[in-house]
Amino acid sequence: MPQARTAPRRTRARLIFGDLWEFDPAPETADPRLKPRYDLFIDGRFVRPRSGRYFDSINPANERKLAEIALAGPADVDAAYAAAAGAFRSWAATPGLERGKYLFRIARLLQDRAREFAVAETMDGGKPIRESRDFDVPMAAAHFFYHAGWADKLEYVAPGHTVAPLGVVGQVIPWNFPLLMLAWKLAPALAMGNCVVLKPAETTSITALKLAEVLQDAGLPPGVVNLVTGAGGTGALVTGHPGAAKVAFTGSTQVGKAIMRQLAGTDRRMSMELGGKAANIVFDDAPIGQAVEGIVDGIFFNQGHVCCAGSRLLVQEGVADEVVSKLKDRIRVLRVGDPLDKNTDLGAINSSAQLATIRRLVASGLREGASMFQPPCRLPERGFYFPPTLFTNVTQSHRIAREEIFGPVLSILTFRTVDEAIEKANNTAYGLSAGVWTDKGSRILRMSTELKAGVVWANTFNRFDPSSPFGGYKESGFGREGGRQGLLDYARRA
Amino acid sequence: MTPRSPRAEHARLLDEIGAVDQVGVEERVAKFATRSIKKASKVWGLRMALSMTDLTTLEGKDTPGKIESLCQKALRPHDDPDLPHVAAVCVYPAMVGHARRCVGGSGVRVASVATAFPSGQTHYRTRLAEVRGAVADGADEVDMVINRGAFLSGDFARVQDEIAGVVEACGRAALKVILEVSELETCDSIRMASFLAMGALRPGDFIKTSTGKTALNATLASNQVMIEAIRDFYLDTGVAIGMKPAGGIRTARQSLQYLIAVKETLGDAWLTPRRYRFGATSLVNDLLRQIEREKTGAYQAPYYFSEAAESY
Repeated sequence: MPQARTAPRRTRARLIFGDLWEFDPAPETADPRLKPRYDLFIDGRFVRPRSGRYFDSINPANERKLAEIALAGPADVDAAYAAAAGAFRSWAATPGLERGKYLFRIARLLQDRAREFAVAETMDGGKPIRESRDFDVPMAAAHFFYHAGWADKLEYVAPGHTVAPLGVVGQVIPWNFPLLMLAWKLAPALAMGNCVVLKPAETTSITALKLAEVLQDAGLPPGVVNLVTGAGGTGALVTGHPGAAKVAFTGSTQVGKAIMRQLAGTDRRMSMELGGKAANIVFDDAPIGQAVEGIVDGIFFNQGHVCCAGSRLLVQEGVADEVVSKLKDRIRVLRVGDPLDKNTDLGAINSSAQLATIRRLVASGLREGASMFQPPCRLPERGFYFPPTLFTNVTQSHRIAREEIFGPVLSILTFRTVDEAIEKANNTAYGLSAGVWTDKGSRILRMSTELKAGVVWANTFNRFDPSSPFGGYKESGFGREGGRQGLLDYARRA
Repeated sequence: MTPRSPRAEHARLLDEIGAVDQVGVEERVAKFATRSIKKASKVWGLRMALSMTDLTTLEGKDTPGKIESLCQKALRPHDDPDLPHVAAVCVYPAMVGHARRCVGGSGVRVASVATAFPSGQTHYRTRLAEVRGAVADGADEVDMVINRGAFLSGDFARVQDEIAGVVEACGRAALKVILEVSELETCDSIRMASFLAMGALRPGDFIKTSTGKTALNATLASNQVMIEAIRDFYLDTGVAIGMKPAGGIRTARQSLQYLIAVKETLGDAWLTPRRYRFGATSLVNDLLRQIEREKTGAYQAPYYFSEAAESY
């Protein structure tokens, strides 16, 4: 008789992931070409903040200062909106073909400087160079390419309608994918003919300001894109400014709600891409080896600083032991450490504040009785690091199953039937993404209609494409980015 | 009631061992290729790959003279006496005697392909006789091919019984079971064939990707499917089976990617020639060239490295 896959192991056989073959450091050495001080980018020029104030941007991998960043106050934000408003009429009247040329140029210049941008992104944000090199920068360029292609075809974007730009758009982006989120925001807005005032996150402003250099090199008309830097206070000035026809925000649900309160009663449009607590659902007929790989990609990509991270693993009871055991073996070989090392899988946590949040939620998991597993790994002495972490014996009521941790921490729950999986997956305030692992095609289709999530991945996770709309349900926000749908969020239809 | 149809056999085996998703496997192995191995770790990997190589010649025009030249290369790959010798020489049965005399008791093992390599399409009794002959002539290891015809027609019992028969005919010689992955085509089939073979093997025996005689040989993906099968079999039974990718691995860089796959999938216990081999010939000189480069900082011209057999 075939042996049931649930049978307990008959042996004590264990794999050894030791130090027989240690890898030497393999640092990426390209020059990020950082300036010691970055000013605001308003009306096509770098200008000093009216306040005269600057703040430090540090490298989370070693806590060393990278550059000084201008702190924009009310007068600066006013100036940025004035510049954008001044540029709008002529930018909107520029033929789509010409606007597309600027976007193509930005995309190509970004590709030309890809290594430099990848290193800067890694130093500023802490993500592994492998990811900034193979994902963030190429994907950012892909978004400019994709929307460049749309710019002269806007009459086909909404058949039966003509579309027109909204005006000046205020945009605020998060620190987890600084350059990519900037591309997601800028490219569709510009393709449609809008002008932009954008604020990057305070811990990760550098690649946005480097992109401003690219915008200058591309000859983008002054005022079309304006970058103001600073913390939450500056963000509130950008989102609350009366000059904005639309506010686009990506970040935490908490801040998203504050912006919505701020804008309630006005006629300004909004799109919100907020938090998530995605269910990654593994059925007992799934290809287990690849599911384990997808679980790892789902939660440990970018140290788990991903709004659509698969942070809740729902695994069918019959294969739970096998999946957990293989996951443990898999994360033993994850390499945690210097983000600039080409072999690093998990880099630095973005900030000490985020590290404290992760620690607090992990402590709550332990306090509430969940079992924790962390592989042995040596973390660097300086900088912000957290090891890959699994929690088993987690239930729907645990905080670590309900709140977004935004770190390399996976909560593992089990289920028995398909209906139970759906119920548990949807039992969350969020609804950004979900994953389904099964060999059965019909089940994938059913899950994709029943899961209340903006993206449902089948037998893969964290896959993105500029042509595929991305966005959430419920407290994960509204509006879409990418694809035709994302473009229409920056248009007025007539 | 026990189902008997080939389809039921297929479903039952797949249900027992679990399916493989090819797209996922490709994604996994792509990550091995992004690893960057430098300095001392690179030298360690290159030397390990050298010591794992089965230096191979399998041609109609093989002569005792060519076997001698191959064996000499196996014993002393390069001028540097500190370099390890390769794991084995791999030859046709008719050449086993010559090879045995050439390598003597040096530690280089003699491997012989057998069982009507590469097609396997002859009588079972003939295939067994070939194995016994090779072992009698002094082969330390036998590389057999599975009965792909029986596998593809769903006669799994026959595939496994034949392997068990060859194990018996091997006596003390180690057995390597060639699945010929390009003829099995799907990842599921490769995993199923791996399990059928391992079910009949002894600790220390191997499974092997391919004969090198078809268009598609070892790939990182087929290697990955097989080492994951070895891992799962080991965790279930405690029996450690070895692995040999063969054909198509020509560069040092490729061989390091395979070793990274081993390190991160099977762990340290498989980073040894007793459990992992490369079936290759031209790989050796590229390994030597890279080892020299690490030592001297410069690439040397190909004519500084003695040819084993590949180019003439």
